[in-house]
Amino acid sequence: MRIQCPNCGERAIEEFTYRGAAAPERPALDAPLEAHFAYVYIRDNPAGRHLEHWHHAGGCRAWLVVERSTTSHEICSVRLAEDQEAQGAGAGQ
Amino acid sequence: MKYSLFTLAAQALKGHRGWPRAWRRPEPKPAYDVVIVGGGGHGLATAYYLAKRHGLAGGRGGRGPSIAVLEKSWLGSGNIGRNTTIVRSNYLLDGNERFYELSLRLWEGLSLELNYNVMFSPRGVLNLFHTDAQRDAAIRRGNAMLLNGADAVLLDREGVRRYAPMVDLDNGRFPVLGGLFQPRAGTARHDAVAWGYARAADRLGVDIIENCEVTGFDIRAGRIHGLETTRGAIRAEKVGLAVAGHTSALARLAGLELPIESHILQAFVTEGLKPFIDTVVTYGAGHFYISQSDKGGLVFGGDLDGYNSYARRGNLPMVEHVMEIGATMIPRLKRLRVLRSWGGIMDMTMDGSPIIDKTPITGLYLNGGWCYGGFKATPASGLSFAHLIAEDEPHEAARAFTLSRFASGHLLDEAGTGAQPNLH
Repeated sequence: MRIQCPNCGERAIEEFTYRGAAAPERPALDAPLEAHFAYVYIRDNPAGRHLEHWHHAGGCRAWLVVERSTTSHEICSVRLAEDQEAQGAGAGQ
Repeated sequence: MKYSLFTLAAQALKGHRGWPRAWRRPEPKPAYDVVIVGGGGHGLATAYYLAKRHGLAGGRGGRGPSIAVLEKSWLGSGNIGRNTTIVRSNYLLDGNERFYELSLRLWEGLSLELNYNVMFSPRGVLNLFHTDAQRDAAIRRGNAMLLNGADAVLLDREGVRRYAPMVDLDNGRFPVLGGLFQPRAGTARHDAVAWGYARAADRLGVDIIENCEVTGFDIRAGRIHGLETTRGAIRAEKVGLAVAGHTSALARLAGLELPIESHILQAFVTEGLKPFIDTVVTYGAGHFYISQSDKGGLVFGGDLDGYNSYARRGNLPMVEHVMEIGATMIPRLKRLRVLRSWGGIMDMTMDGSPIIDKTPITGLYLNGGWCYGGFKATPASGLSFAHLIAEDEPHEAARAFTLSRFASGHLLDEAGTGAQPNLH
């Protein structure tokens, strides 16, 4: 797998560190316990397209939101996490 | 037919042309008392123990309680055939150790119990350590194992040299200080475990139905009534899921959301060699484990690739990483050619430990989340899952593997890495 970093261009996968699914959104502090439980532990775990966070630790150190197929490893899109954030909540599905 | 020296001799005289099928190929019946989804090691073991210990057999005459195992492909085509065949019970936490020790005790008698040679070879598992802190941790783990009735021996450098002379003890960066050795641990022939359980379950009247994929569940008023499959609808009083690797996908059909991610783990086999490594050795300065198969190939593996995957193949950086670590531990590996590599899909739970529990749906039971430790667990997993399904109560040894522990905080996190499945 190679990831097209918006800042650095196409780089090998060794430069990146995987965090996990990007879809779960941190609930408000006063949200019910169940919401916090689901955020920490429950995952969609799809066989197919998956939104995930990668950190370009060996490059520009930006956090990326990558859409990738978990069945073929094809990378469909890459965005800066801060841009994704600027688009507002709900972009994570 | 019971396998014995007599039947072997009789078949030899007939040119080995008279061996019967090891298990039947039955058509699915419209209804069963218990249906196990997943014809791998865990599912077949569950069916066997349900029939053997809980009397839930007798399907042959079409009367009485009955059990079926549904497999979407051919029998044993999943992770039971994709692992590195290591069997051990060297866990730290009580909730894990008593379970894996039960499993090891079952392994010790398994060939006799099944009348099938699973080639369990208690050749010992040696975990190397390289620092004082790792030695302290190894001593603590060894004591925890002894307290749970397992065996553990602390080896110094000379002890390691005796058991594993091929290891580079004087590695410049990570010199070996010693190792924690479990003599009763070892390896087994992975396919034979599936075949042995399948044959033994079939002899007790369990219907094993291959090429039968579950496509849906019949759930009404919070209770399971049956399944939809590619070979028609099947009614069932109780359904057990044992499809580790794809648990999330199947559970989603029943409306369950689980604390599981699917990850890819690669493994490798070299060309065949004369006897070279006669134990299982694991590296402490990197994640690497190696043993030698009876055919002579070195079987080894390392870490997960680290990202969610259902692809059954990994990427080259992890291949390179595993080779590097292996060559650091045993420099002679550099001269070998790797014949095969493959990837298996692991159910990685959020604390790195498995789940054997009821679900919120009455009559639907869950066995999964085996991370990359499912092979060694096969006998105890089947035994305790059968107990759960038959008695509606968890087996004593598997009491900690609840689905609710993530919400209640009673996690079983051996690695202490938290809810980050790719690090367990």
